[in-house]
Amino acid sequence: MATTITKTETLVGKRIRRQEDPRLITGTATYVDDIKMPGMHHACILRSPHGAAKIRSIDIKPAQDLPGVAAVFTGKDVEGVGPVPCGASLPGLRVPPHAILAKDRVYFIGHPVAVVVATDRYIAADALDLIEVDYEPLPTVTDPEKALAAGAPAVHPEWPDNTAFLYHQEGGDPETAFKEAEVVVKQRITSQRLIPTAMETRGVVAEYRSAEKSLTLYSSTQIPHLLRTLVSQMLGLAENHLRVITPEVGGGFGSKLNVYAEEALMGFVAMKIGKPVKWIESRRENFQCTIHGRGHVDYYEVAAKRDGTVLGLRLKLIQDLGAYHQLLTPAIPTLSVLMMPGLYKFRNVTADIVGVFTNCVPTDAYRGAGRPEATHGIERMMDLLAAELKMDPAELRLKNFIGKDEFPYATATGLSYDSGNYAEPLKKALDLVDYHKLRQEQKQAKASGRLLGVGISTYGEICAFGPSPATPAGGWESATVKIEPSGKVTVMTGASPHGQGEETTFAQIAADELGVPIDDVIVVHGDTAVVQYGIGTFGSRGTAVGGPAVYYALQELKKKIRKFGEMLLETTDVTVSGGQCVDNRTGKSVSLAQIAGASYRAMKLPPNTEPGMVATYFWEPPNFAFPFGAHIVVSEVDRETGHVEIKRYVAVDDCGNIINPLLVDGQVHGGVVQGLGQALYEQAVYDDDGQLITGELMDYAIPKASMVPWIESSHTITPSPVNPLGVKGVGEAGTIGCSPAVVNSVVDALSHLGVKHIDMPMTPEKLWNLVHQGGQA
Amino acid sequence: MRPETPGMASRRPSRHLIFNAFCHNIIDRQKADSMKRKINLTINGKSFTDEVEPRMLLIHYLREVAGFTGPHIGCETSICGACTVALDGKAVKSCTMFAVQADGREVTTIEGLATNGQLHPVQEAFWNEHALQCGFCTPGMIMTSKQLLERNPHPTEEEIRHGIEGNLCRCTGYQHIVNAVKAAAAKAGA
Ligand code: FES
Ligand code: FES
Repeated sequence: MATTITKTETLVGKRIRRQEDPRLITGTATYVDDIKMPGMHHACILRSPHGAAKIRSIDIKPAQDLPGVAAVFTGKDVEGVGPVPCGASLPGLRVPPHAILAKDRVYFIGHPVAVVVATDRYIAADALDLIEVDYEPLPTVTDPEKALAAGAPAVHPEWPDNTAFLYHQEGGDPETAFKEAEVVVKQRITSQRLIPTAMETRGVVAEYRSAEKSLTLYSSTQIPHLLRTLVSQMLGLAENHLRVITPEVGGGFGSKLNVYAEEALMGFVAMKIGKPVKWIESRRENFQCTIHGRGHVDYYEVAAKRDGTVLGLRLKLIQDLGAYHQLLTPAIPTLSVLMMPGLYKFRNVTADIVGVFTNCVPTDAYRGAGRPEATHGIERMMDLLAAELKMDPAELRLKNFIGKDEFPYATATGLSYDSGNYAEPLKKALDLVDYHKLRQEQKQAKASGRLLGVGISTYGEICAFGPSPATPAGGWESATVKIEPSGKVTVMTGASPHGQGEETTFAQIAADELGVPIDDVIVVHGDTAVVQYGIGTFGSRGTAVGGPAVYYALQELKKKIRKFGEMLLETTDVTVSGGQCVDNRTGKSVSLAQIAGASYRAMKLPPNTEPGMVATYFWEPPNFAFPFGAHIVVSEVDRETGHVEIKRYVAVDDCGNIINPLLVDGQVHGGVVQGLGQALYEQAVYDDDGQLITGELMDYAIPKASMVPWIESSHTITPSPVNPLGVKGVGEAGTIGCSPAVVNSVVDALSHLGVKHIDMPMTPEKLWNLVHQGGQA
Repeated sequence: MRPETPGMASRRPSRHLIFNAFCHNIIDRQKADSMKRKINLTINGKSFTDEVEPRMLLIHYLREVAGFTGPHIGCETSICGACTVALDGKAVKSCTMFAVQADGREVTTIEGLATNGQLHPVQEAFWNEHALQCGFCTPGMIMTSKQLLERNPHPTEEEIRHGIEGNLCRCTGYQHIVNAVKAAAAKAGA
């Protein structure tokens, strides 16, 4: 038998450039807006200019009469389409009916009211201007605390208290802990509304074939299969007659982990007009109508002993939900509660969430989804406690960490932390910044009038969602691996990566397991007609849940390879390696191509074995994974301008085993910069009339290259016992670790002025006022 | 209840700022068609002749008419830089100008960078340094980086960050882009 060249080098753990890049760097990738079809029409959506209003009448006639306009639809035309789904359930949750087009009332700026379909986009935009809507504006409320006050305008008239739900969680004996505390620190901490701002806005192309009753939706989404299930229900279409394809997706960060009105609306339009239709969200629409993130007002209390030992934690969390629930809206703050103890031994905790309706676009999962808010809260509180006790903030953290021998660790919020060594990344980060010397320098700098600060944050996050009972739609992930008759390998993943790089990392795993060159492997995803049902990419789960599914599918496949190998080599003792099956006694081998070929030709089959070389695995994780780390920021505030200069940013992250360090660095950098955006620059601002003041990139400051520091990124490695790869997930770590480190550094820089806390974003104006008004803003 | 502000009822959300400003009164289709103007330009070395409405943005012309979908649309308000192309060798945001303004001129899009299947050194560097994730900003970012290096073959980190300031990336945090530009510069200098 032939011997082929074997590949001995393993790829997992190596810095390998990505398989997906050639199409992206040459401008030949296909995003939704790049799709063109014969007879394709274009849709534009008329949206409410009011935060709240009754619709007295709509006159669409002039728009319909414009040459080139194929159709105009309003709320009453789409009455047969089901509501935009809320996938989260909480006891007593109030779910306002959420039609895909408003009918007699609008609830937020940007609420869709009518859709125009025309032969070209310019005509559709022209026609929008011809629709006359007679609105009766109503009072609005956009601030969640004001919405809770007596006499506030009711977002939904049926619920005048604007309360969507109340949620309570408790562990241990918080009452006693607070009674026995020697010191209690309290602080109101906000995590402002943010606009996710994926660089590609949302977009949908819908094509309906009436003879087959089949609809194809091309959508820029993170969850093709869930979208198919839910949109088919909305449209009353058999699920297997709906095909969802996610072409290239230009970033999501949670904002495309959703089912939006426009996805069903374009399906509806395509079915009505019998032509393909495209809708591309403008940036303004993206800001007004795609979910926002965060939106917390948190009241924290920490009980401790004078020696710094933490005893209890109390949280009242006010969540700004917006006017409706999108897919996961009410579930997001419950994640904050789960993670509120952070990395510390809080045995007694109590939390109350109030979910509040406001006349704003709904909040939902944005990078970190609930965990950045929780980490920001607890990490600010640890600094406040340290300041109160005049303890070093690093020392206070080290004193209260869960010990490395205490895993799996059952938290007071009911989680089981999988593995960890929390002191290690902190110690490493302290070494990297040369902490003691740094504190000396800071003393001198402050003595000479400079506002230099050092900020620490140590975070833990819950990710790799997750065990199915803990998720609304299943927490597993799927993979199919096939070896084609030629020996080439195709991996199909139910996860739907959109920039994270799993076309590379999964190919690395497959190449290593089978011993084939990486270029022999392709990774396919994002087409419900091709790929087995899957959950999607979000919550740092792509590699941590999708990766093991690929791994186990490969193990199944290897069993079959062995059987065929044994048959072909007429032996009973073989090893699969180096792209072949080797007889352990004689050293003879057959290549994967020969084995695959034999399995498809099926002239002869091993006992009890089907033809073909395909294996599918649905992997259900037994637990979440819990990455952790420490970030340290050195910053200086300019007295004259209030500007913050980040002088050093050190990130030590532990995301378990690393499959591709180059890609992990990319995730950390991107995550940190989104956290920095929250800490320093970004805020979605609505005025009292419900108008979104930060309605364009002109007014909403996502960080530019010149606004971010060099990030010194390194790692410690504590494998997760939850999955066979030992990986934990890293997509959100940077965002979660960042904001408290930055705020802690700036508070530290201004502490001698009596500054104890600063809410984000820490704009130059805010800081200048603090500096010039002696710590009082 | 708040009194109704005069004019509120007819206030509409403005859509694309530039797009809208020039759309407004052109709602008579025949008039619009008769206003079409003939343009002739070179894109990636090939000549194109088309009739376009004067209000058509260059980015829409490139993508919808000429079929170059490499340059992307991230804002249509000249902030994000995803639509960056080279016009007579200079990087411009192609949502900031009309197609008719490109008449008689030469446009290079991302699709025109590689020659004979050979990636441009900046493309190669973006790949090697992992300077992209979702890839949406990438075509514009590469065009801008190329121009930056043409003007300043050995930029410092600060100069790179300043030079790509007009291009937004939400994925990478820019650090690997900085590395890629440095690597391309080093390679050109080697
Ligand atoms: S689309 Fe041209 S700058 Fe954003
Ligand atoms: S790579 Fe996604 S926006 Fe830059």
